[in-house]
Amino acid sequence: MTATPGLRWRAALLSVLLFALLVGVWQLATGGAAPAAAKPMTAEEIEYAKLLGKDPSAGGDGAKSGFPTPAQFGRGALEHLGKPFYDNGPNDKGIGLQLGYSLGRVGLGFLLAALVAVPLGFLIGMSPLVYRALDPFIQVLKPISPLAWMPLALYTIKDSSISGIFVIFICSVWPMLLNTAFGVAGVRREWLNVAKTLEVRPLRKAFEVILPAAAPTILTGMRISMGIAWLVIVAAEMLVGGTGIGYFVWNEWNNLSLTNVLFAILVIGLVGMTLDAAFGRLQKAVTYVD
Amino acid sequence: MSTEPPFLQVENLAKRYPGAAEPVFDGVNFGIAKGEFVCIIGHSGCGKTTILNVLAGLEQASVGHVFMDKREVAGPSLERGVVFQGHALMPWLTVRRNIAFAVRSKWPDWTAVQVDAQVEKYVTLVGLGAAIDKKPAQLSGGMKQRVGIARAFAIEPKMLLLDEPFGALDALTRGTIQDELLRICAETHQTVFMITHDVDEAILLADTILLMSNGPQARVAEIVRNPLPRARARATLHHEPLFYAVRNHLVDFLVSRSKTLSHGQAPTHPPEVRPGVDSEPEPVPPATHTRAALHRVA
Repeated sequence: MTATPGLRWRAALLSVLLFALLVGVWQLATGGAAPAAAKPMTAEEIEYAKLLGKDPSAGGDGAKSGFPTPAQFGRGALEHLGKPFYDNGPNDKGIGLQLGYSLGRVGLGFLLAALVAVPLGFLIGMSPLVYRALDPFIQVLKPISPLAWMPLALYTIKDSSISGIFVIFICSVWPMLLNTAFGVAGVRREWLNVAKTLEVRPLRKAFEVILPAAAPTILTGMRISMGIAWLVIVAAEMLVGGTGIGYFVWNEWNNLSLTNVLFAILVIGLVGMTLDAAFGRLQKAVTYVD
Repeated sequence: MSTEPPFLQVENLAKRYPGAAEPVFDGVNFGIAKGEFVCIIGHSGCGKTTILNVLAGLEQASVGHVFMDKREVAGPSLERGVVFQGHALMPWLTVRRNIAFAVRSKWPDWTAVQVDAQVEKYVTLVGLGAAIDKKPAQLSGGMKQRVGIARAFAIEPKMLLLDEPFGALDALTRGTIQDELLRICAETHQTVFMITHDVDEAILLADTILLMSNGPQARVAEIVRNPLPRARARATLHHEPLFYAVRNHLVDFLVSRSKTLSHGQAPTHPPEVRPGVDSEPEPVPPATHTRAALHRVA
């Protein structure tokens, strides 16, 4: 028992050291370039820079369009965290607002997928006939990249935001569907026999025997789906534009603000981790020891 | 014996699986009186579990009928409680909620208080009061099987079907639960049909022991009426004067005769035997006689 906390502390220490090393390398790689850029400009160069719309007298910022140093990144991050919900028009919204849009789309698409996948998965899992009939469709549709649906979605739905939700729906439906079917088909026969000998009605059997028995498998499918949905939303929003964290990344790339791009990447990672952890919790709550 | 049909009547039951040349069993006939404890013994593969499943309504026989209380058994019913070989408890529910699930199935319009009272009554009956709010995974094998028994009793069925309920338990645990089962059955006058592989268990628990010949085409070859007094106890059982007569009879059947009576050699209407009481010490001659006769026909 004493080894476990010790191991945890040592692992934490190693993580901190690795982080420090990473930041150090980052500082060395970006900070080294700064003095070269700070070299005084000739009159012609200043004129040329002004011609390009960059004012050298406004400060060192314009000259350093390269990779930000850790300190610059930290300042940028603090700025974002300081006011996450501002809205200065379509191309300038706070990171919190953008995240909200993305999470809203993911949540809605995921919810719709669950509403379709769980009942349909029940049906497939209970009926070998339905399973065989639907299997070819599922096998063909499953490997299609969700983004490949985008043109079709844009054409038929004619709304970029709803198309994004549709793409999330289509990518999260498959793991949930297959896992639900698998979980329902795998419910132990003896539990079903217990329900039979007790003359349990079908609806009660579905909710009180099959659902709890299959819940761990269903939750696994949901967790996978959520992971995929969070991966896909960034790409989808880059494609359709407008709002969302994916659009934010693309917009900041067009602004050549690598600080903001980096910050967005970090936020995407942290939110993804939080979502996964939440589903991990949920999974643990419905898992039973046999 | 009166002419009125017994409480449970099994008539000419047979089960043939598609593609099989011979049925697993056929011509199975027996009856069970109300309040009687019946054990069925036979080697693996003779279809004991299938017969029990047919009685439970979980499986369909290929031929034949089962009547309980003069009505044909056509499907699962709350009138027949089943204790499964594996305990078949739902691992996500506590002991209390496992049994409450059964109680609510039988009496859907009972209040929570009524359900809980019934649950606690039967959990106490099997001596698990302290573990009522535990999950099955926290219980030992014997305790889980006790919960299974409590669940079957809690719906107060007209008949109890037990599929080798103590098979997976160690000898000591098995002994205590056998005693408990005996006590509860004596208190409730429960009609029981039970599968077992254990000869001593059958002698201790059963009033009537059905001996099955080996499959394929197995049959109930003999109905042994237990000559030991009803008030049997595990501790004194082997001192009963007739104990070894019964035991030897059963073991002899399982070791040698069950094989020779395979392939439909056993009679469809089995003779009743009282080992140690009937003048005939060993009913081998009639059995071999039947077999010889069948050989001649074939």
